[in-house]
Amino acid sequence: MEDLRFEHSVRTRAGGARQSAIVGVVASGNLEVLVERVLPDAECTIEIRTAAVGFGEVWTAVIGDFVERYSPGGLRFSINDGGARPDTVSLRLAQAVRLITENGQ
Amino acid sequence: MTLDDILASLFPKGHEIRNDKGVLLGSATLRRGDKMLVLGVADRTALGVDEAIRLSGHVLASIGRDSGPILVLVDSDSQRMSKRDELLGLNEFLAHLAKVLIHADMNGRPTIGLLYGHSAAGALLATGLATRVLIGLPGAHPAVMDLPSMAKVTKLSMEALEKKAKSTPVFAPGLSNLVQMGAVHMTWSNDASLADQLEVLLADMPAARDQRDTLGKARGGRLKAADIAERVRDLALQAR
Amino acid sequence: MTTPLKDVTPAERARSTSFYEASARTRLELLLDAGSFVEFIGPEQREVSPHLKIFDLPEQFDDGLVVGHGRLDDAPVFVAAQEGRFMGGAFGEVHGAKLIGLLRAARQIASMPVLILFDTGGVRLQEANAGELAIAEIMRAVMEARSAGVKVVGLIGGRSGCYGGGGLIAGCCSALAVSEPGRIAVSGPEVIETNRGVEEFDSRDRALVWRTMGGKHRRLLGAADVFADDNVQDFREAALELLGLIGPFALDSLKAEQERLADRLSRYGACLDAVDIWTAQGIAHAETVPELPADQFITLANRIGRTSRDAR
Repeated sequence: MEDLRFEHSVRTRAGGARQSAIVGVVASGNLEVLVERVLPDAECTIEIRTAAVGFGEVWTAVIGDFVERYSPGGLRFSINDGGARPDTVSLRLAQAVRLITENGQ
Repeated sequence: MTLDDILASLFPKGHEIRNDKGVLLGSATLRRGDKMLVLGVADRTALGVDEAIRLSGHVLASIGRDSGPILVLVDSDSQRMSKRDELLGLNEFLAHLAKVLIHADMNGRPTIGLLYGHSAAGALLATGLATRVLIGLPGAHPAVMDLPSMAKVTKLSMEALEKKAKSTPVFAPGLSNLVQMGAVHMTWSNDASLADQLEVLLADMPAARDQRDTLGKARGGRLKAADIAERVRDLALQAR
Repeated sequence: MTTPLKDVTPAERARSTSFYEASARTRLELLLDAGSFVEFIGPEQREVSPHLKIFDLPEQFDDGLVVGHGRLDDAPVFVAAQEGRFMGGAFGEVHGAKLIGLLRAARQIASMPVLILFDTGGVRLQEANAGELAIAEIMRAVMEARSAGVKVVGLIGGRSGCYGGGGLIAGCCSALAVSEPGRIAVSGPEVIETNRGVEEFDSRDRALVWRTMGGKHRRLLGAADVFADDNVQDFREAALELLGLIGPFALDSLKAEQERLADRLSRYGACLDAVDIWTAQGIAHAETVPELPADQFITLANRIGRTSRDAR
């Protein structure tokens, strides 16, 4: 297993009022993303535990794209990864943001 | 110790326990003169539908007729792994045996398991692990999962598994691991009379409430189970 | 253009969602009244297995079991759902302890039913002793809850089926609903083949697996009481139906079960295949049962199939 951690400064706070959300499951080629609204508005952290060791550069690129595109201010992402491909990671991150920024709940 | 040695040491006043193709059915007389219902699996016999239905029937037939505690002797294989047993619903037969033992225990017929040989997987769940107090005899060698199968699934070598097994009781076979988990309440001695040890236990049976998770915590084998169960219980009670 | 999501009623969404394909969380969301689910010790608590790291394996924040409470047609229920894709839905220390706590609360309250959405291969190998013991504790807790008057309903239709000790827990429930892909057994096909050889059981023969362990056979045998089509709404309706049917548990239930199982052994004990059993049950062209669509199968099962009602 390998632990990775990314901290980003972001322009805007993520919308919505939900405090947390979870998507995905931990399985081969899949991952779970837990997102929590626990940080100051201009911060975003992403913590990853991955079964696929040695892909730090790929993660850096995927996370960089994600933060740039969604500006998920105030959110802490915690990921348990069973060795998912980058496109699956991007999809789950987007799903997690969509869920926590939903209105209502 | 052989089964005959064990029975002789447990019941010096005599017993009527028959071993029919590995299925033990009968009763015995305790020191005080009371009767004890006895059942079990011997000779490392696999527990299938045919065996399970006789064992559960033996307990049910005694309910309302006899009183006193129930002893479950265990030296079994795993559940019988066969097409026929699964076709006929082995899960129901094993569950039924466990349910009958649990029901008896909850209703004035305290149950004691005596693990004196092997046992595994579904067979252990339906017998020893369905009793209130499970005793291990020295030399018993239960294996929820055997290491070669585990090596195959985890793709780890036997050496690697054996090394890991030294640091935790949580996965490897063996009586001492099950003691540490809280599954086996205590280990008796082969050197003292089993009748004496049974008498001491019967005089001071723990309450019927399942306390195996707190035992496992106290013995350092399962550090989270008791607390997690308690937390969920409290949250659920508040949610009412 | 697809229909906007907001115009789809929860029942329609549940009807169009495969129970087999859905995650544990989606199953609960669509099974219960909309928005009613509240989780106990959710993933944000990070109560993961303390043992998987020994094997350098990834953890899941809920350890593969989601427990909580919600409402079913306005009536409060406790629920537990296994995630069959995480470690095959297998029972480990934390996973099992969550269900034990839920059942103990149900016993104390005595009037709130428990729904268990099984999806499990049995004991988690990496924590086999803890998993096995958790299953034993769950079986005890189910029986104590039932003895206190709690209805415990099992719903089986997940990708990992209901194997190993999961099958024994299912056997302890007040009633079961099963779909065709929901398999119930103790030893899995691969386990039988590994231990007894391919002549005893060919695990790659999927038709053999389904007709020996699958939902249709379990329903016809009387091991399960209701057959559900593979969608969440059907399971919701099955759960409601079963909650209305379940009677009290007592010694007589166990005596009736003894009779039911002994009767099964004497009637079908010599049958070599599920088709032989179905034929012995009086089903004409029994070999066509696996191909029957759900509605036709349910009609057949209601005519022929036994149930375990009041005998489990």
